[in-house]
Amino acid sequence: MALLEVKDLHTSFFTDAGEVRAVNGVSFTLDRGRVLGIVGESGSGKSVTAYSIMQILASTGKIVSGSVKFDGEELVGAGEKVMKNIRGNKISIIFQDPMTSLNPTYTIGKQLMEAILLHTDRNKKEAYDRAVDMLRLVNVNEPEKRMKQYPFEFSGGMRQRVMIAMALACEPDILIADEPSTALDVTIQAQILDLMRDLQKELGMAIIMITHDLGVVAQMCDEVIVMYAGSICEQGTADEIFYNPRHEYTKGLLNSIPTADTAGKKLQPITGTPIDLLNMPAGCPFAPRCGAAMKICLEQRAERMQINDDHMAGCWMNVKRGIEDGSIVLSEPENE
Amino acid sequence: MSEANINDRPLIEIKNLKQYFNINMGMFRSKPLKAVDDVSFTINKKETLGLVGESGCGKTTVGRTILHLYKPTAGEVFYDGRLIKTKADIKEFRKKATMVFQDPYSSLNPRMTVSDIIGEPLDIHRMYSGKKEREEKILELMGRVGLNSEHASRYAHEFSGGQRQRIGIARALAVNPDFIVCDEPVSALDVSIQAQVINMFDELQEMLGLTYLFIAHDLLVVRHISDRIAVMYLGKIVELASADEVYGRPLHPYSKSLISAVPVPDPKKARANERIILKGDIPSPLNAPSGCPFRTRCQYAAEQCAQSMPDFKEIEKGHFVACHRVEQIN
Repeated sequence: MALLEVKDLHTSFFTDAGEVRAVNGVSFTLDRGRVLGIVGESGSGKSVTAYSIMQILASTGKIVSGSVKFDGEELVGAGEKVMKNIRGNKISIIFQDPMTSLNPTYTIGKQLMEAILLHTDRNKKEAYDRAVDMLRLVNVNEPEKRMKQYPFEFSGGMRQRVMIAMALACEPDILIADEPSTALDVTIQAQILDLMRDLQKELGMAIIMITHDLGVVAQMCDEVIVMYAGSICEQGTADEIFYNPRHEYTKGLLNSIPTADTAGKKLQPITGTPIDLLNMPAGCPFAPRCGAAMKICLEQRAERMQINDDHMAGCWMNVKRGIEDGSIVLSEPENE
Repeated sequence: MSEANINDRPLIEIKNLKQYFNINMGMFRSKPLKAVDDVSFTINKKETLGLVGESGCGKTTVGRTILHLYKPTAGEVFYDGRLIKTKADIKEFRKKATMVFQDPYSSLNPRMTVSDIIGEPLDIHRMYSGKKEREEKILELMGRVGLNSEHASRYAHEFSGGQRQRIGIARALAVNPDFIVCDEPVSALDVSIQAQVINMFDELQEMLGLTYLFIAHDLLVVRHISDRIAVMYLGKIVELASADEVYGRPLHPYSKSLISAVPVPDPKKARANERIILKGDIPSPLNAPSGCPFRTRCQYAAEQCAQSMPDFKEIEKGHFVACHRVEQIN
């Protein structure tokens, strides 16, 4: 059984301007010990998917339908009591901005111990020891001294280490990392990603890595989900997504990154601007920006199709290709 | 031959530029923060010089000091061979040198329409003879950066990030500059939009013969757009060479680790890549280490590195490095 199973998840925000469908039928599974990357641009619904799993949406947001099962247990509609036991204990989250996710008025030690005291039966002394151990685990020097310091005395990279220590203090089965290294410098980002990778191997947890940086995905993830306008375009193993992309959006994204080969040449950007979630088109949400769009793309959304064992994509181009090479046979319309 | 000569002449020349900020330490004491410390380089005509480094290394301050948005503490800025010194020089210089800012959300006045934002530099430098000419110039600029003329009377908040950056670029182009300081112009944009804007910088350079100082922390973007790259660390330039050299054969230990740390969008390469992970954080520029600023994080640091700042010397033709041990470690 998969550790986490998300099925046909729909999450909307009900604003004055109307219903914003931020997540539109997202389904995936995550097994123990795997690293799953969710990539997409701003507004693609990648963070909202994570917040829906944790049920920490803003007050206007609501899971409209779908199911989220953790270890076989349904979480949607399970109530706050169940979720309190899940959050921090079973599934932890670290946020993008390490500057604002710590409380500036408490010491690092107090904030770390709070998480441990809340979720475990440890007493204060044990919680203190655990907190010091966790800081040591994430390579913070002189942890005893650091416990007494306030967040402003920590650099960005150090704060993100504290956030990771806090998230891992109760040995969760899943760590959700929402752009964990975006606010950090390159060399510090390398330190943090390295640390996460080591801890993942050591502790064996699963990670959901939410990012817009395909480089980070290539470095960290076993499996990848590509999202656009609240839906999954394509999902598969990292190698499949990078070397055999089968959705026009994924191809466009990969082509628009500057690499060694593009120096001195023009990049191939995706034309147009990101979609307005309040006015979603009928067909494929990417069709208005897609260079290969056909008539059917504007009218109807392509179902996600199995490309091979490790790869699924929802793009009419695959159907077209299948018809052309004969692997998809259209049934004759029945005549009465 | 003759054209090569023109292009080889530096348009911008910076000599021993220093920018210190006085930080109030309380009790009437203050301490200089050496944001830019003795930086020299040149930028040739129609060239793009990329300036990379981590936050706090002083790369933005270099850009702003060149334009005299900050008064330089010491050092000289030459434009086309002329020293920029008096107020009149600066005003004249700013007709030739402009800036595109990082954040397209806060760098546009929310109370001004697009046409007023783009027209403001024209107003300041009185670069039109009548209302009609002003209007025409603004529309031409909007067309140049791919904005629709019907957007002229709208306000900045009605646009997406990519379009706002286009407005910022149109404003920078308004005075017909030769030189533009681009301070992280694409880092706030999504990948697909980023590529559109990068291409536009390329096209404008070709079309108008512009010279860029391109400041960014995204090394893949900088390599793509730059002819030469300067790497900064704690207010000093530690390496400067052609883009291919800096990427393919970095000589300074900091550049080496910086380039190895870039996440490459290629899983197989990422798995094979031996990253050099630096220990620790960048020291505060208020308490910069003695000697070479990088020595506290450098795996090759030796005694001499603590004693004196290495000279910025030309190791090979066009490849400058500031490192005592550059010969031993390469």
